[in-house]
Amino acid sequence: MKTENNNANIIQINNLNKWYGEFHALKNINLNIKEGEIIVVCGPSGSGKSTLIRCVNFLEKFQEGEIIVNGTQLTDDVAKIRSVRSEVSMVFQHFNLFPHLSIIDNLTLAPIWVHNESKEEAREKALKLLDRVGIKDQAEKYPNQLSGGQQQRVAIARSLCTSPKIMLFDEPTSALDPEMISEVLDVMIELAKEGITMICVTHEMGFARKVAQRIIFMDEGQIVEENDPETFFHHPESDRLKLFLDQILTH
Amino acid sequence: MAVFESQELRKPPISQVGIVHWLRANLFSSKVNVGLTLAALYMLYVTIPPMLNWMIFDANFNFGEFSLFGFEFGEVMATNINCGRSAACWPFIYEKFDMFIYGFYPRDLVWRVDIVFAMAALLFVIARLVRNYQHKSRFFLAMIIGFPIASFFLIAGGVFGLEEVETHQWGGLMLTLIIASVGIIISFPIGVMLALGRQSDLKVINFFSTIYIEFIRAVPLITILFMASFVLPLFFTGGVDFDKLLRALVAITLFQAAYFAEVVRGGLQAIPTGQYEAADAIGLNYVQKNALIILPQALKISIPNLVGSSISLFKDTTLVLIIGLMDMLAMVNMTANDIHWMGRETEGFVFVTMTMWVFLYSMSRYSKKLEVRFSTDHKN
Repeated sequence: MKTENNNANIIQINNLNKWYGEFHALKNINLNIKEGEIIVVCGPSGSGKSTLIRCVNFLEKFQEGEIIVNGTQLTDDVAKIRSVRSEVSMVFQHFNLFPHLSIIDNLTLAPIWVHNESKEEAREKALKLLDRVGIKDQAEKYPNQLSGGQQQRVAIARSLCTSPKIMLFDEPTSALDPEMISEVLDVMIELAKEGITMICVTHEMGFARKVAQRIIFMDEGQIVEENDPETFFHHPESDRLKLFLDQILTH
Repeated sequence: MAVFESQELRKPPISQVGIVHWLRANLFSSKVNVGLTLAALYMLYVTIPPMLNWMIFDANFNFGEFSLFGFEFGEVMATNINCGRSAACWPFIYEKFDMFIYGFYPRDLVWRVDIVFAMAALLFVIARLVRNYQHKSRFFLAMIIGFPIASFFLIAGGVFGLEEVETHQWGGLMLTLIIASVGIIISFPIGVMLALGRQSDLKVINFFSTIYIEFIRAVPLITILFMASFVLPLFFTGGVDFDKLLRALVAITLFQAAYFAEVVRGGLQAIPTGQYEAADAIGLNYVQKNALIILPQALKISIPNLVGSSISLFKDTTLVLIIGLMDMLAMVNMTANDIHWMGRETEGFVFVTMTMWVFLYSMSRYSKKLEVRFSTDHKN
C-alpha cells in the first residue's frame, strides 16, 4: 500500500474507526500531528480519548482506517508494532510500574532488553533521568515504597529512558492526590519545552492552557472541536464544548 | 475557632494486655468458647498421655551394647519377644533403619546414596550462606543442572567404574525423595508452559493446553500410575521395555504438571492488565514480557499454592507401592513381615509418619521464608 509520506507529520490518523463489540467507540477520526507538536486531548469520560491514544501504540486494535507513526503503518505485523513501540512511550493513569523490580531496574529494563544497551550505559542514563524528575535518591527502592506522585515521575522517567520521539500521556494525574498533581505537571511542562512530540489526555486545563499548541475536544467517539488554546477556551464554537468548559471551569 | 495541643501517648488500659487478657479473649470469651476449650482439653487428656506412654515412657529403647570412652553401656539388644506388645519397640526401627532409608540397595554401595544426601545438605547450607545475588543465581543454575546429573550417576552407577544398581533395588526414603523431587522439578516448567498456553491468544495452543489440563485433573493419580505401569507396555510390544521407575516418574510428572498449571494460572490471573500493557508499551516481546514481568510476579503470588501442591505430591508418591515400587511406606509391611519382627507395623507407620512430617513441615516453612524474601512491599 502506498503511503503518503509527509515528513512534517510524525503521526497520521486517517478515517479511524473502532468498535468494542457492538459499541462504536471511535468514529471516523482524522488527525495529523507534526513532529514536536504538543497536543492535549480532553472531553467527558467515555468519549474515546484514551482509546484514541492507545491506538497510536497499538495497545488497542482498530477495525477501519489507518495510523502511520513515524513512517510505519500500524498493522498486525508484530515486528512493525515493536518498532513503533520503541519510538513511542506511554505514561499510564495508574503508573503501571513493575512492582517486583527496583526503581532503577524499572528504568533500565527497556534499554537493556529492547535497545540492547549495556547495563552500565543504561544505568547511567537512568540515574540522570531520575535526577531530572527529582528522585535520584530513591533509585534502589521499590515502587510500592513511593508516593503516587513519585511513582508517576518514575513512570515518566521510565518512558524517557528509551529516548522516544513521541510520548503519550493517558490521564497521568487522574489517580493522584491533589497535592501531588503539580509535581507531576511540573515535570511534564519541562518536557514540553524540549521538543518531544506529546499527546496528552488530561483534565488539567491549566496545563493545557500553558503548554498545548492544539487542544482537541472529543465527545461520543468523535473529534468535536480542535483549536489553539486561546480560541479553545475563550471562543468555543460548539455547544457541547461550551457546556463542557462550563462544567469544569466553574469549580 | 480553636487550635488544639497535640496529645501525649499513653499506655493501653491493663485489661488489654497480658496473659489473663489473652486467655479471656481467646479461650473463654463466651459460653460456647468455654465449652469448646474444656472439650479440647479433655480430648488432649485422653489422647496425649497414652501416646507419650506408648512412644516414650513405656517404650523399649534397648539398642544393644555400646562402649564410650572405654565404658560399657546397655545390654543385649531387645528382640521382638522381650519387647512386649503394650508399648513401642524402637529397636525394630534401629535394626531395620537401612531398609527404611535405602530399600534393597546393595548394603556395600549405600555410601553412594549417602554422598548424594550429603551433597543435598551441603548445597542447602551454601545456598543460605551465599548472599551475593549474582553469584547466587549462577550457583542455583549450576545446582539445578549439576546436582541431579551427579546424583543420578552416583545412585544408578554403570559409569566411571561404579557398579550398576538397577532401579528395582532402589527403595525406602531414598526412592520417595527421588520420585517427589523429580516429579516436582520436571513438572514445574511444563506446568508453567501449560498455564501460559491456556492464557494464549493462539487458539490451537489454548485448546490443547486446556484439554490436557482438564483431562489429567479429572483422572485420579492411581489410574494414571496403572495406565503407565500396565497399559503402556501393551502398546510397546516390540521389545521396548521401559523401566518401571521411569514409567512411574513420567506418570507423576504429567499428573503434577496439570496441577502446577492451574496454580500458576491463578497467579497469572491476579496480575493487573496494566502490567501487560506497560510491558507491551515499552516494546518487550512475548518471551521477555512473560519472563521479566509477568511470571516473576505471578509465581511469587503462587508460592503458597505451589508448595501446597508439592506437599500433596510428596504424600501421593506413596501410591507407587501399588505398582510395585518399594518406597518408604512399602517398607513398613516389608520389614514387619520379617520372621524376627512379626507384627511391628505400628512402629513402622509411626516412624514413616514422623519422617514425612519432618520433610513436609520443612517445605511449608521454606515456602514462608520465600514469600518474605521475595516481598517488595514495605522494605524500609
